[in-house]
Amino acid sequence: MRLGLILGEVGSGLRRNLSMVVSVVLVTFISLTFVGASILLQMQIGQMKGYWYDRAQVAVYMCTEIDTTGNCTLAEATEDQIAAVQQQLDSPTLAPYINEVEFETHEQAYENFKEQFADTTFEGIITPESLNESFRVNLVDPEQADVLIESLSGLAGVESVEDQRAYLEPIFSILNAASYTAIGVAGLMLVAAVLLIATTIRLSAFSRRRELGIMRLVGASNRFIQTPFILEGVFASLIGSILAGGAIVAIVQFFVRGYLASTLPVNTSLLGMEEALLVVPILIVSGAALAAVSAGVAISRYLKV
Amino acid sequence: MIRFDSVSKSYPGTTRPALNSVDLEILKGEFVFLVGASGSGKSSFLRLILKEENPTKGSIHVLGQHLNTLSSRKVPYFRRNLGVVFQDFRLLPNKTVFDNVAFTLQVIGKSRGFIQEAVPDALKMVGLAGKSNRFPHELSGGEQQRVAIARAVVNKPAIMLADEPTGNLDPATAAGIMTLLERINLGGTTVLMATHDAGIVDQMKRRVIELIGGQIVRDELQGGYQTQTVPTQGRIPHPAASKPSSAAPTATQSPARPMTLPSSQGEGLDA
Repeated sequence: MRLGLILGEVGSGLRRNLSMVVSVVLVTFISLTFVGASILLQMQIGQMKGYWYDRAQVAVYMCTEIDTTGNCTLAEATEDQIAAVQQQLDSPTLAPYINEVEFETHEQAYENFKEQFADTTFEGIITPESLNESFRVNLVDPEQADVLIESLSGLAGVESVEDQRAYLEPIFSILNAASYTAIGVAGLMLVAAVLLIATTIRLSAFSRRRELGIMRLVGASNRFIQTPFILEGVFASLIGSILAGGAIVAIVQFFVRGYLASTLPVNTSLLGMEEALLVVPILIVSGAALAAVSAGVAISRYLKV
Repeated sequence: MIRFDSVSKSYPGTTRPALNSVDLEILKGEFVFLVGASGSGKSSFLRLILKEENPTKGSIHVLGQHLNTLSSRKVPYFRRNLGVVFQDFRLLPNKTVFDNVAFTLQVIGKSRGFIQEAVPDALKMVGLAGKSNRFPHELSGGEQQRVAIARAVVNKPAIMLADEPTGNLDPATAAGIMTLLERINLGGTTVLMATHDAGIVDQMKRRVIELIGGQIVRDELQGGYQTQTVPTQGRIPHPAASKPSSAAPTATQSPARPMTLPSSQGEGLDA
């Protein structure tokens, strides 16, 4: 009986206020789509970081006879110098940080180089000797590359110690900036959505002020008075958030899985449906909660006794 | 039933209080007229009983509840014991007579079965048994007020507050409404009615409380619209007021404050 009455009130409120309800739906739709997109972007960044940082190594380049930078003086690193680096890597101070060490000889470096630049002609310009011998170090925690850089770059015969993660930083900072922009836009849109919901509910309450006055006079409980209005706001924003969830699924399906996956190299790790389906409930719940709170605040003015 | 202990009410921004140190007790089953010029504090008085306002000073007890300390969460439940009627009826124009009365019960969560029984009873009591499917705009003013009264009494309140219920009605219709209120009072409901209608007050011979400038200046058990016991200078006595002076003992004497009202008739037309 009471539930039917409340739902009837909600229905009549939504009908009476149709244009406002449509604008609430649209604003929550767009703002939550931005929220979802920024969450997806952060997930993508996290996933790519996880993928690439596992593969990123610290490279210790040894001198060749054409190098002058670092500790090099146009002389090939000697066996002793290489052994000294190896010893340092095995020493108890560094060993705990290191997962795995590989030594890359001139020949291996040349093979890798040939593979990487197979399309270009470099025969004659690049010889195996002009490519650095190097230690490829996999760290237990890639964040601690600085320890290696500090302790190894001073050794004789070492040209340079490079953390390969540094090459990835620009990509991540661009993605990060994009995701912060999306969060910023989402934040502004959410403020607009909250204000719009509050205004809609006030309008709805205003158009029903006679009923509200009588309800208060005859002693309807506050909960009974406010529930239809809160449900009205929640209903409108729920439609918006479901649309936003649909948009997020569509973005992942058609843009990420469809377009990006076909244009980017195969081994690029991209988001899948599981991530999208994780974001959708977040959007729906936060949309509904936001609407409930703002509608509740908006209607509380009519409940003062 | 209703007790005011030196209650004052000032609205922010004015120095003159709407009610000034009012002491009062209204007992169960009484029929009380509240008279006084516009701005004398009648409406503030009713609003305080409803706890639509809180007193600035003093304490108010209604139906055994101390209103000063009643939490706002409990106010709705307290108000279910009060029925209120207004000069402008305040019916919902898009609901039928039946639905207007039923609305009161629906919003306090009464069952459908209870509503189906109580609403026709209330409509029959106010004499609108055959009009339950009409809309308010199809009814006369008197009939609309009867609907409002049905709405006020359908939940069997202990107290009925009426703020100038006959103010918009012609004398004959008003008399019908008064008969109805009297009947409700006979059923045990305390009735407190603010009015400007001198004829009604003089005719009914009930307790009269007069407010001037927020103070009670008169409280007579069987009074008229204007005082009979302390005639003020230069005032033409009202024909009804001079008639049964022996039958109207005063409950409390009014302070001898000069009455500024020109005549009761003039005041009656005002309303």
